[in-house]
Amino acid sequence: MAEGRWMVEVIVMPKEGVNDPQGEAIRGGLRALGYAGVRGVRAGKVIRVELNAAGADDARAAGAEMADRLLANPVIESFHVAAVAPVGVEA
Amino acid sequence: MSNGIGVLSFPGSNGDTDALHALTDGVGAPARVIDHRETDLSGMAAVVLPGGFSYGDHLRCGAIARFAPVMAPLRAFAARGGPVLGICNGFQILAEAHLLPGALLPNQTLRFHCFWTHVRFDGLPTAWTGALAAGEVLRLPVAHGEGAYFADDETLDRLESTGRIVARYCDPSGAVAAAANPNGSARGIAAVANEAGNVVGIMPHPERASDPLIGGADGLRLLQSALDFVHAAV
Repeated sequence: MAEGRWMVEVIVMPKEGVNDPQGEAIRGGLRALGYAGVRGVRAGKVIRVELNAAGADDARAAGAEMADRLLANPVIESFHVAAVAPVGVEA
Repeated sequence: MSNGIGVLSFPGSNGDTDALHALTDGVGAPARVIDHRETDLSGMAAVVLPGGFSYGDHLRCGAIARFAPVMAPLRAFAARGGPVLGICNGFQILAEAHLLPGALLPNQTLRFHCFWTHVRFDGLPTAWTGALAAGEVLRLPVAHGEGAYFADDETLDRLESTGRIVARYCDPSGAVAAAANPNGSARGIAAVANEAGNVVGIMPHPERASDPLIGGADGLRLLQSALDFVHAAV
């Protein structure tokens, strides 16, 4: 299969047990808006990488490796590849 | 003393000039600023990674600086036992580069903290604390938004049992108390060392406590320790 362009979406979240003051602040905001039922908020980040890969599996594997090596810090964060989608085929 | 003490400068470092000043004018050490693109640290006696906001703190504090060209020779320098001190953002860089354990999280208060603290030095002697007595308390300023030290319990236990918790936040009398912990650091940790004791990361700024004119000179004790260490090793 010809190499194509892929979008890999990685979601990075603070690990369980790791303090997340940003999530706490958002929780406070939601409660101030009247959402009394909000029990907890955790805030992470979404990183989309566009890359050339031979297929969806390769793109996913590359995204996971990038997340492990740089996009997430495994000491404090967990990650998963949330989506892999073709962007188009190189001419 | 060879080429003296090197102060690394990354795009966004802002403590490099202060560190240079504290080293040269404070303790009389020959020192120079080393650009992040330099690739040769041979001949340096010690290296300081200063505070600031390298690469805009993007992704995570210190995460991008880890890939600067100067980091490869820094790794080799640290592996040879060369004294390395990471101050604030420098500490964050050393943690991201896995030269020190753990990570620095956003302050529990979500505020940028910029004030004087007291820190108590209790760990085993390191290249940067040899001149200090066990339990000595120094008054040093902090200036950080992401200074909450984090490591898993196993790592914290190991650091504690091996004397690698170099310093903790304390009250002026030296008592380590929750009220003295400005940022939510695990076990009140302000500074840690690597296994060999040559690499130290510290969140408070010794280079900003380098002259009574600016509020205190306690930070010079750490820089003097490194100078003594280097002279003893020659």
